[in-house]
Amino acid sequence: MPKHRLERCGLTVTGACVALVTVLVVTLIVMVASHGLATFANDGIAVGDFLLGTTWNPHQADANGNPTVGALPMICGSFAVTILSTVIALPIAIGSAIFVVEVAPGFGRRVFQPLIELLVGIPSVVYGLIGLSVVVAWTRSWSGSTGYGILSASIVLAVMVLPTVTSLSIDALASVPHEYREGSYALGCTRWQTIWNVVLRSATPSLMTATILGMTRAFGESLAVQMVIGNSAQIPGSLLTPASTLTSVLTMGMGNEAMGTVYNDVLWSLALLLMAMSLVFILIIHLIGGRGAVRHG
Amino acid sequence: MSDDRVTPVLETRGCTVSYDLTHEALHPVDLSFEQGGTTALIGPSGCGKSTFLRCLNLMNREIPRCRVGGDILYHGENVNSTDVDTFELRKSIGMVFQQPTPFRKSIRENVLFAPKRHGVTDKAVLDELLETSLRRAAIWDEVKDKLSRSALALSGGQQQRLCIARTLAMRPDVVLLDEPCSALDPISTFSVEETIRDMAADGICVVIVTHNMEQAARVSDRTAFFYMGQMVECGPTERLFASPADSRLEDYLTGRFG
Repeated sequence: MPKHRLERCGLTVTGACVALVTVLVVTLIVMVASHGLATFANDGIAVGDFLLGTTWNPHQADANGNPTVGALPMICGSFAVTILSTVIALPIAIGSAIFVVEVAPGFGRRVFQPLIELLVGIPSVVYGLIGLSVVVAWTRSWSGSTGYGILSASIVLAVMVLPTVTSLSIDALASVPHEYREGSYALGCTRWQTIWNVVLRSATPSLMTATILGMTRAFGESLAVQMVIGNSAQIPGSLLTPASTLTSVLTMGMGNEAMGTVYNDVLWSLALLLMAMSLVFILIIHLIGGRGAVRHG
Repeated sequence: MSDDRVTPVLETRGCTVSYDLTHEALHPVDLSFEQGGTTALIGPSGCGKSTFLRCLNLMNREIPRCRVGGDILYHGENVNSTDVDTFELRKSIGMVFQQPTPFRKSIRENVLFAPKRHGVTDKAVLDELLETSLRRAAIWDEVKDKLSRSALALSGGQQQRLCIARTLAMRPDVVLLDEPCSALDPISTFSVEETIRDMAADGICVVIVTHNMEQAARVSDRTAFFYMGQMVECGPTERLFASPADSRLEDYLTGRFG
């Protein structure tokens, strides 16, 4: 084949790949959006009622004859498990990252990091099973409740996001230039003062990115959460009462409803909400990344 | 010969450095450094001059598998022993590196980093320390209106002078400089050299590693020449440059290697 035709051929193939991915992403967003917005456009449900309504019972009509589809309980549930699991996982992740980077780098690189990267690959249903038989049982044993609820879900999620957050935190701390540490040592600072004031401080943007990536994963996880949260669509009154999240309601409901019904449309709206939140998370990561780059620039 | 003189601030006796317990990167060095004196350590790359400098504040201790042998006397007391608190020692022996290392903090917090960690809390004292340190490093006029801005926004030369100010804020009696100007423009270099002369005039013992022989001639009153992990020759800077005793130094000065 002549050279210029080969050139054009390569251009076409790679260009087609880019076009395909772009089309895929756009169609995905358009599809979720069009189904999700149909709830409000065609079925006459007010956006406010959906976002702020506290009762989720799509099979029962409210005063106006619309199904009662308040998503607030699930929104609360999703945020509760996301935040609580992060609060549990983050200190452990940063603590172990400090140990691995500052205290025992050899052990960290050869043993610890491969080990936690193994954890990333475990399917979420396995986490759900372990959560069901260990975490739920443990919570039940001391609380007197059923054991299903936000707390159990958060613990399971914390374990699930821990490897991701730890691994990224290790990278974040390791990328702090060694000169910064020496600069601090040269000022008579101890190891701990150096870690606290210089290393963690310099790595803050990357640590935040790690945290938000973990939160994104926690927010979007469905299967393991659904197995341990109890799936009761009400505003969680305590960490120990059964609740539900956007994802768990979606996985529970999607298979049972016919395309085009109001219930089905509402589920799409939940999916739209989930997608919008993930986009927000990713946007925040980009903002932090950009700001970090400017400051380091 | 040291009997009729005052005790030097810093002195090394048979100071050696070895990596991985076998490779001796620095062969025994005997040198002493006095108050108000400026000593330049010169020599080709990899000759051990920086390695030696990093012994003086025990910075080599922070490197895994690096061993410092011999005696390092600070005001007559051997500090190269495990009983000595190196962190405490480094409060009075400051160090400035080749690459400026400002922390991700404001200019004010950078300068006051050490005093605050070491327990100075009085705001008036800290403010005074901030201004005098920045003035001594000749950067006060450039940054006095933006003390709460990030230090990372400063230029390279300003960052280096900030690092010098940060070191001076500890009120050290020894300042070690490891090629402090090799990443700087000529104007910043000039002002850093000015600061070095001021430091010596204030009675600080200054030790500077430099690959620039004009700089050694400009700032130091004494020069030590290192070659292949050995301290070859040491003497008054003018005499050393005018009539080197060792042929290796002569070769180095005439540019035959390095």
